[in-house]
Amino acid sequence: MNIVVCVKQTFDTEAKIALTSDGKIDSTGVNLIMNPYDEFAVEEALRIKEKVGGEVTLVSLGSKQTVDTIRQGLAMGADKAVLINDPAMEGADSHGVAAALAAAIKQLNPDLILCGWVAIDDGASQVAGRVAEILDLPWVNVVTKIEIADNKVVAHREAEGQTEVIEVALPAVITAQKGLNEPRYPSLKGIMQAKKKELKELTLADIGLDAASVGAQASQVKILSYSLPEARKAGKKLEGDPADTAKELVRLLREEAKVI
Amino acid sequence: MAKGIWVFAEQKEGELRKVARELLYNCRKFADQMGEEVAAVILGEGISGLAQAVADYGVDKVYVADDSRLKDYTTDAYVAVLADLIKANQPAAIFFGNTGIGKDLAPRLAERVGSGLMTDCTAVEIQDGNFVFTRPIYAGKAFTKVTCPEARPVMVTMRPNVLGAGDPAGSKNPETVKVDVQLDSSSLRQLVKEVVKKASGRVELTEADIIVSGGRGMKGPENFKILEELADVLGAAVGASRAAVDAGWRPHDDQVGQTGKTVSPTLYIACGISGAIQHLAGMGSSKFIVAINKDPEANIFNVADYGIVDDLFKVVPLLTEEFKKALAE
Ligand SMILES: Cc1cc2nc3c(=O)[nH]c(=O)nc-3n(C[C@H](O)[C@H](O)[C@H](O)COP(=O)(O)OP(=O)(O)OC[C@H]3O[C@@H](n4cnc5c(N)ncnc54)[C@H](O)[C@@H]3O)c2cc1C
Repeated sequence: MNIVVCVKQTFDTEAKIALTSDGKIDSTGVNLIMNPYDEFAVEEALRIKEKVGGEVTLVSLGSKQTVDTIRQGLAMGADKAVLINDPAMEGADSHGVAAALAAAIKQLNPDLILCGWVAIDDGASQVAGRVAEILDLPWVNVVTKIEIADNKVVAHREAEGQTEVIEVALPAVITAQKGLNEPRYPSLKGIMQAKKKELKELTLADIGLDAASVGAQASQVKILSYSLPEARKAGKKLEGDPADTAKELVRLLREEAKVI
Repeated sequence: MAKGIWVFAEQKEGELRKVARELLYNCRKFADQMGEEVAAVILGEGISGLAQAVADYGVDKVYVADDSRLKDYTTDAYVAVLADLIKANQPAAIFFGNTGIGKDLAPRLAERVGSGLMTDCTAVEIQDGNFVFTRPIYAGKAFTKVTCPEARPVMVTMRPNVLGAGDPAGSKNPETVKVDVQLDSSSLRQLVKEVVKKASGRVELTEADIIVSGGRGMKGPENFKILEELADVLGAAVGASRAAVDAGWRPHDDQVGQTGKTVSPTLYIACGISGAIQHLAGMGSSKFIVAINKDPEANIFNVADYGIVDDLFKVVPLLTEEFKKALAE
């Protein structure tokens, strides 16, 4: 089975967000990690490969820095990687990103494409769906279980208050949700091997696209500004006999906050 | 020229979802400000009766696609029907709820009709006749304002609970358009084999007005019973920290936080939760936060409007009794 996994480099979940003097998101000093949901996707690809054989290729869009995240996926056990690294993609919207990923994926002719269902930085949860649409493939979104047999995937999709069991034929796009698996840590051997694995860097021209159609200038969604949430202040802390504090809390919620 | 503001009036088992009501209520107002019409779009099977429910919100037009192939939601069928409707009628904007269905449907639809999509938005403004949306990024650690100035329709998924809804504006006797559902069966690639419902019957976390959440301080799965009892009294949803989920005490989809659900209830009651940055990211936009934690230094107290420093096993049952009394008054 030829599996492609899309991986994105994101800020560490520990990161505190600050703005630069010109009002952009400040990335200085922030640790970069693989988007946690993409880790589930990589793990699942490796498990499928271990069962049925085949090859796992990571595809990412990013910069030189993204190589660290890709190496992590290779160290987990992926076979090779493709990095779309083109400055014209800086500031592209979800359509542009998806179009670039789809073009690179198409060249790999996969049987299965796995992605994280959302990236924890922009929280857009659009790219995988758009990739599926561009490649005209069926998809199952927000998946916690995958079974593959007879060229078909049966996936458990998490929906509010229920789980939908959905079957689609391969090739298909599946997005990973927490609960799908427990991602492995790269072994020391894996880390050593990762350095020797193929990592192909591509520009937009290499995948037959140009900045005018997918880059920042093609972006339909324009970002006007960034801001930080108002810092919450510590409120009233109640101590003492629990019967009294419980009573006081309910009073405060009724009379002061007026929520009950 | 693109015209009209559309609301995807999502229904579940023949009932309008709460977020659909919020969208109908607010889009009527936006449309009045912009001199536009509002249309509701309803997809499903046996849902023609819903036309009246949406009409109550003062919509000008209702598109009803009633078809057995739309009974269970599938991406392919819903995208196909909506894409055809959009191409034929050229709306200026479409609002979806940021629900399981909205999140699944909107990206593919946006790609198919070649428009821009802004997901999980928490506020709307109108500037120079254009919608400007606010959306949280980094799970609410920052916000960004976005707009789609050129491509039409402007597509957006709004987070449930953020716009709020009032009483319906009153029926306008809208024009009802029965949609002729054209679906080529070969284009329907998703086979729904089974739908397993969760037993709890509680409100969804993302739509809940009140959430009672438990963390590692709950000590074990059996103890969540006291949170459920509190939740029952309040009509609340029950959430959990990642520590409680990773310990296997609660299902994954109960997790609140950066890698769990982002919630915006009026009241969030955190029991035995330390307040790690990843947890705060998911619930920091709650209107009121209550923390019950025996450690007075716990981070959660830095964001809580009200905190009780004590053993939750003593406090929670007492609190349940107090709420019962207060609500009976
Ligand atoms: C990549 C990544 C993603 C993450 N995503 C999330 C996420 O989405 N959501 C999330 O919640 N976390 C997330 N985390 C984990 C997060 O960092 C914390 O580990 C987690 O939130 C801690 O959960 P907790 O507060 O329940 O447990 P703890 O930090 O162990 O806190 C337990 C609290 O309970 C209190 N307590 C104990 N006993 C009692 C008692 N009897 N009465 C009262 N209080 C008591 C203690 O004082 C303590 O404050 C993530 C971490 C990483 C690395």
